[in-house]
Amino acid sequence: MKPKKDVQQGTLALMVLKTLDVLGSLHGYGIARRIEQISGDLLAVNQGTLYPVLLRLEQEGAIASEWGPSENNRRARFYRLTRAGHKLLEAEKRDWEQTAAIIARFFAVKAQDLV
Amino acid sequence: MRALNRLFTRLLNFTARRRGDERLREEMESHMAAQTEENIRAGMTPGEARRRARLKFGAVETVREDYHAEQGLPFVENLLLDVRYALRVLGKSPAFTAVALVTLALGIGANVIVFGVLNAVLLHPLDVSDPQSLYQMRHKQWMSGRLLTTSYPAFEDFRRRNTTFSGMAGVYGYSHAALRWRNTVRNVHGDEVTGNYFDLLGVQPEIGRFFHAADEHGPNSAPYVVLSDALWRSAFNADPGVVGTTVELDKHPFTVVGVAPARFHGAERFVWPDYWMPMVMEGADFLSSRTSITLTVIGRLKPGVTPQQATENLNAISAELAKEYPETDDGLPLRLIHPGLLGDDGEVIRGFLYGVTVLALLVLAAACANLASLFAARVADRSRELALRAALGSSRRRLVRQLLTEAAIVSLLGGAAGLASAHLLLGVLNRWPPMAEAHLAAGVDARVYLAGLVLTLGSALLFGMVPARQAWLSSPLQMLKGGPADLMHLRRFALRDLLLGAQIAICTLLVTASLVAVRGMVRALDAPLGFQPQGAMLVGMDLSQAGQTGDVALEKKKAMIEAARSIPGVTAAGTVSRTPMTGGLHGIPIYRPGTTELKLKNSVLAPYVFPMSPGYLEAAGTRLLSGRDVSWHDTAETPYVAIVNETFARKMWGETPAIGQRFILGRKLTEVVGVAENGKYHDLEEAPQAVVYLPLLQSEGGEAVLVVRSRLAPNEMTAALVRTLSGIEPNVPITVESWSATLDDELLPARAATMALGVMGLLAAMLAVTGIFGMAAYSVSRRMRELGIRVALGARRTQVMSAAVGRPMVLLGVGSVLGLLAGVFASRLLGHIVYQANPLDPVVVGGAVLTMALLGIAASAIPARRALAVDPSILMREE
Repeated sequence: MKPKKDVQQGTLALMVLKTLDVLGSLHGYGIARRIEQISGDLLAVNQGTLYPVLLRLEQEGAIASEWGPSENNRRARFYRLTRAGHKLLEAEKRDWEQTAAIIARFFAVKAQDLV
Repeated sequence: MRALNRLFTRLLNFTARRRGDERLREEMESHMAAQTEENIRAGMTPGEARRRARLKFGAVETVREDYHAEQGLPFVENLLLDVRYALRVLGKSPAFTAVALVTLALGIGANVIVFGVLNAVLLHPLDVSDPQSLYQMRHKQWMSGRLLTTSYPAFEDFRRRNTTFSGMAGVYGYSHAALRWRNTVRNVHGDEVTGNYFDLLGVQPEIGRFFHAADEHGPNSAPYVVLSDALWRSAFNADPGVVGTTVELDKHPFTVVGVAPARFHGAERFVWPDYWMPMVMEGADFLSSRTSITLTVIGRLKPGVTPQQATENLNAISAELAKEYPETDDGLPLRLIHPGLLGDDGEVIRGFLYGVTVLALLVLAAACANLASLFAARVADRSRELALRAALGSSRRRLVRQLLTEAAIVSLLGGAAGLASAHLLLGVLNRWPPMAEAHLAAGVDARVYLAGLVLTLGSALLFGMVPARQAWLSSPLQMLKGGPADLMHLRRFALRDLLLGAQIAICTLLVTASLVAVRGMVRALDAPLGFQPQGAMLVGMDLSQAGQTGDVALEKKKAMIEAARSIPGVTAAGTVSRTPMTGGLHGIPIYRPGTTELKLKNSVLAPYVFPMSPGYLEAAGTRLLSGRDVSWHDTAETPYVAIVNETFARKMWGETPAIGQRFILGRKLTEVVGVAENGKYHDLEEAPQAVVYLPLLQSEGGEAVLVVRSRLAPNEMTAALVRTLSGIEPNVPITVESWSATLDDELLPARAATMALGVMGLLAAMLAVTGIFGMAAYSVSRRMRELGIRVALGARRTQVMSAAVGRPMVLLGVGSVLGLLAGVFASRLLGHIVYQANPLDPVVVGGAVLTMALLGIAASAIPARRALAVDPSILMREE
């Protein structure tokens, strides 16, 4: 079994935002499952840590939430992206891609390129 | 924006105490239920499925805490928790809390009061433009209370010849007059100033205008007067129409040109003039006389000129003048000071205030040392509680924060109490007549509040750090095991010992200081005054205000004395130019008989001169040691005679009897007919001064105070005097005061100093008692078991005693010695505060040692008794 990776600070929020962007309204368990599936079980996330992140995003106005019935007819809290959340996601995405591009360039560099 | 949004929501949550507990719980439940179902679907047993779901979710408590932290303001919430806990802890030991609060309130209150006065007197600049470049000219020789430096012609010479001042103005600050406006007469006092005065100071009138140098065209050319705001309000009902009208000052018409702003009170802080008038109104004689040294000179330095350069410039001019006018100008070297605090008295006042500030800070330092050891002792007692908290997962940082919170709460409460009481006391002080007369409004302004806050937080840090450090260093394991290890025990006591030692040293220093002050005061009060103020009344009645001079005024004076004498119960009455210790005295040169060149440098003495009527010496209670009193038969036609005091006689003629000896005074050969006892003439602290009393009829007229001695009570006497005397001259205002009451003002600085130091000493003594008591009581209670064992093993009482209170006693001895030594080295500091401060005075040293010993015995008596009363059987069973 491969060692699981820890989640970097702030990336969990980005994953939440993207998940909601793709799948629309979703409850906490759904989000957790989706992140697990997409990351291919490589991430070691205690599912519980999701909830403080959700609260924070909600307090920042990026997502909104309301009670609703879940698939097995329990009450669950459903989260959805707000307009501000969309904008935030776009901005974060750009940042992330930029950072990734820069890092990628560093990895691509070989010794002879620098002479 | 996002951050702001979030903070706002958090604040809202925090203030509304909204808790998302319910929501989180439900969400978590639904989460786990979903996970469990999925696990079951994947083929697990229900139990296994639930376990796996919980594992996957992670630690519920951590999630909940993170959630909370995200939701509210954790820092503030923790602080509130700490505060609530601290309040509960403090409430649980009310005695400890009360002692700590009172100690701090006293320490901080004393400091705030001292700082309030310091702030009012020293830190507020004069209300003139650019006070820093304003200087006052003084003689180089240090003189207390004397403001006058030059004559008017000499001032003009200085003003014209100097190259270093952008402007120079002369002030005569002892002007007084009867002001008549619309048939009411009142006595007012003010400043006579040169025309450029207001322009030099850079003040603007409230209404009307000021007079300027251009208004002056020679003697008596500018009959203008500027009113102070206070006089304008009290005498003219703040009527703006008064500008341009004419008022009478001593029967001479003056035009009111303007009113000064309410904040402006001239260049002196304690003397607020009622009016300002041009000096040229004093007349031609005054303006040309080089012998009447009556001007205070203030000037503004040119930009870039240092006071040093200006002083050299002035001294060069002074030397020139001495050459040009050798008979009158003495060419004494000059120096510059900032005006405002009664000339050189400013140095005394400044030294006193700074000295008292240092002492007040020392009191606070002692209070902090006291509190530090109290808190440290408490932490030692609470070590189990702290250990328990540490064992339950509280971080050290958190423990220290808790302890500091307690210290901060105590100091904030104590500081608030101190500030409040200081506020009240300053209010009382401000209404106290002597302070009010000196216009010393020592208010509590922003600066004072700030100082109070800084002191409060500073002391919280000072005494909070000690227990915090102790908690930081301690190991929970050791503490739980039941008391600290022996090594720790010893070290902790070393720190507490140091604190107590320092505290005792400071307290001894303060006790020494207050003893020195009390001793100085007693000495000053014991010194013979040379007159008996008790039973004497002073009547002020300036006949010149009624326009009467010369022989008419003299006859009136005679009539007044006779009238006063005729009142039943009056034993003696007489006038004198001014009573002793009312300021404004100047030495007048005396020459030996046969001196031909009457130049200043040939003079042998410069005594104070008091023109007086017959009977004055008796009325004042000044003993005539030999010879006779002056009489009404000593007139301008008979030989000139004088009565001199002992100092005069001894300085002039040594042991030879003075009666019949002669000297020259004011170009007149004068014979001594009597010798009076010595006394105090200018202030209480002066060295013996030479004094000459001249008969009224052989000296120039002028001011006179009628002194009446009687057996009646002061208020009866006042009524009788007013009734009798107003019949003689109805148009002159009469003031009657008892002499003792007038003298109180003179004694005020010494009294205030003694009181201030006495209070400090008392505070220090209280702190020493509580400190020693706390230490001894603590060490006895900590060592009860050990003492019990000692008693059980047959220790003698003395041994038990020395084990119980030996250490505080040793500290008391060491601390006292250090404090006494500090007192000796601080004698310069004390010298600023009390005159003739001598900490080596055996009475003072003995008193300090005795005080500290008594305090130590008193403070450790109760703990010692407890130690002696130890009953081993009970103690052993208890543990």
